[in-house]
Amino acid sequence: MNGSDPAARIDIQSAPAERKAAPRTRRLAGDFLFHKAAVFAAFLAAAALFATVAAIAYDSRQAIETFGVWRFLKSSEWNPVTQTFGALSFIVGTLVSSAIAMILAVPLSFGTAVFITEIAPFWIKKPIAGAIELLAGIPSIVYGLWGLLVFAPVFAQIEPWVNQYLGAIPGIGLLFQGPPMGIGMLTAGIILAIMILPYISSIMRDVFLIVPSSLRESAYAMGCTTWEVAWHITLPYTRSAVVGGMFLGLGRALGETMAVTFVIGNSNTLSASLLMPSATIPSVLANEFTEATTKLYVSSLIYLGLVLIAVTLVVRFLAVLLIRHLQRGEGAST
Amino acid sequence: MTGVILRRRVTDVASKILMGVAAVIGVFFLLWILWTTLRFGIAGMHWDLFTKDTPPPGTDTFGLRNAFVGSLILLGLSLLIGVPVGLMAGTWLAEYGFKSRTANAVRFVNDIMLSAPSIEIGLFAYAIVVDPMGHFSAVAGSVALAVLMVPIIVRTSDEMLSLVGGDMREAAIALGAPKSVVITKVTWRAARAGILTGVLIGLARITGETAPLLFTVLNNQYYSTDVFRPMANIPVVIFQFALSPYANWQQMAWAAAFITVVFVLVLSVVARVFLGRVQAPK
Repeated sequence: MNGSDPAARIDIQSAPAERKAAPRTRRLAGDFLFHKAAVFAAFLAAAALFATVAAIAYDSRQAIETFGVWRFLKSSEWNPVTQTFGALSFIVGTLVSSAIAMILAVPLSFGTAVFITEIAPFWIKKPIAGAIELLAGIPSIVYGLWGLLVFAPVFAQIEPWVNQYLGAIPGIGLLFQGPPMGIGMLTAGIILAIMILPYISSIMRDVFLIVPSSLRESAYAMGCTTWEVAWHITLPYTRSAVVGGMFLGLGRALGETMAVTFVIGNSNTLSASLLMPSATIPSVLANEFTEATTKLYVSSLIYLGLVLIAVTLVVRFLAVLLIRHLQRGEGAST
Repeated sequence: MTGVILRRRVTDVASKILMGVAAVIGVFFLLWILWTTLRFGIAGMHWDLFTKDTPPPGTDTFGLRNAFVGSLILLGLSLLIGVPVGLMAGTWLAEYGFKSRTANAVRFVNDIMLSAPSIEIGLFAYAIVVDPMGHFSAVAGSVALAVLMVPIIVRTSDEMLSLVGGDMREAAIALGAPKSVVITKVTWRAARAGILTGVLIGLARITGETAPLLFTVLNNQYYSTDVFRPMANIPVVIFQFALSPYANWQQMAWAAAFITVVFVLVLSVVARVFLGRVQAPK
């Protein structure tokens, strides 16, 4: 991956550098200390993950003792007054907002990536790709700010239309009924989609570019259309990396705080409609953490953080399984 | 036959149009965000932003001096903690660990940390710094930001050091240089543009981070440089001011967001220039 020459490295390692420098004790001590410092730093970098999980688990002990695991997960009551806390509505909010984001962002990212790699004229490729990559670096709070002060008022004008037409469809219409406030689950999903779009599309573009041109050109030579090359050659060749990129975007969406907190409306109640205000685990943490007055309240919020870790771990695990499965298929087809 | 060809051609044209539309939609929203940030940001520019502190609610004056100073202190402290740890860990991976099982395990864990939600890191810093200390502090915020920054630096310095050719190291070793000297005087120098890129990318990543700061530094209405106390900082000010009903506060939020975006974009462009310098000789 990192383009190094393994043979060269082994040579260096086996070179008797230490023995040669042996008489110079001061330098040797420096060498020893440098090595230990590097080991310690690497240990710190790796330990941070376990320390994070452990510290969060430790600080949520009071809530775990009070509410247990299942009772906390399946209760949707979140009431600071009566000091009863349950995570269900936030788990649902987190999953649903991320699902909306993925449904919107994945096709758009795919289209954008294919457009940049296959369709766009040469002079426009670089500017678009560069702009998208730069935009991936914009802090998420800017997306939130824009969502609240610019997008939500505009979206509030569109929502009555959504209400009238999509809301009238039997079955899924239920999802689109509600007051046109401009903020809510759907808005949060849209803002998340806009936010993760640059990530996913730049990963897709990167992997599309490594498809051997001989492969693509052979397909073109056989008379394949651009779409057929993209769908039947490029995508199968890169699908595990593409799925990896999608899950990277999903991971971002699940844990995103600021872009969501501004626009989701922050309501602790479960609701079938996507137009209603809702809350995600990160958004409730951002909103209520500094206002949490009792120890149990703080502990329950940190417990939510622990639940979020579990959710992201499950998603990551599924991603790894899916990618392994796809890679097996790739081996067979190429 | 013609039916098949027609169908393929229609699919092709339709898909091309759809993908063009997808690209246009994507670029449209992103440009819209940049445009509004630019417009409101420049409209919100005011000399007082840099010379006065954040105003109390209900007054129509401007000021962000305490927040700018606080953010710079936070970023500086995070660099102070994050760069040595990240660089040394990356050095260990590239110069000592190689492809050993331990090194690959560290890389794997590091990659998980790379995509860890920043809010979890904020909770971590709360648990290990704020909770024992009993109050919010700038140090806690820097710890959180450093933890977010380290994986980026580890990864880039590992990759960049691995790119340094073996012959250069061998030459240094042949001259009798001990390993630490080889690393600090030869490989670090050879990879310095790449390492700097990693630091800049890491800095860009933590500049606008808000979520972890809510649990650690919080905010301070007044000018303060005491790192063991809550401190004003740009991201939390944007968060609080944007949600406020006051027009001047919202305007200041835009101005602060604009400056943050410009700062981040400049960092990424500079990082790109350095990266270009790394890749050019190949």
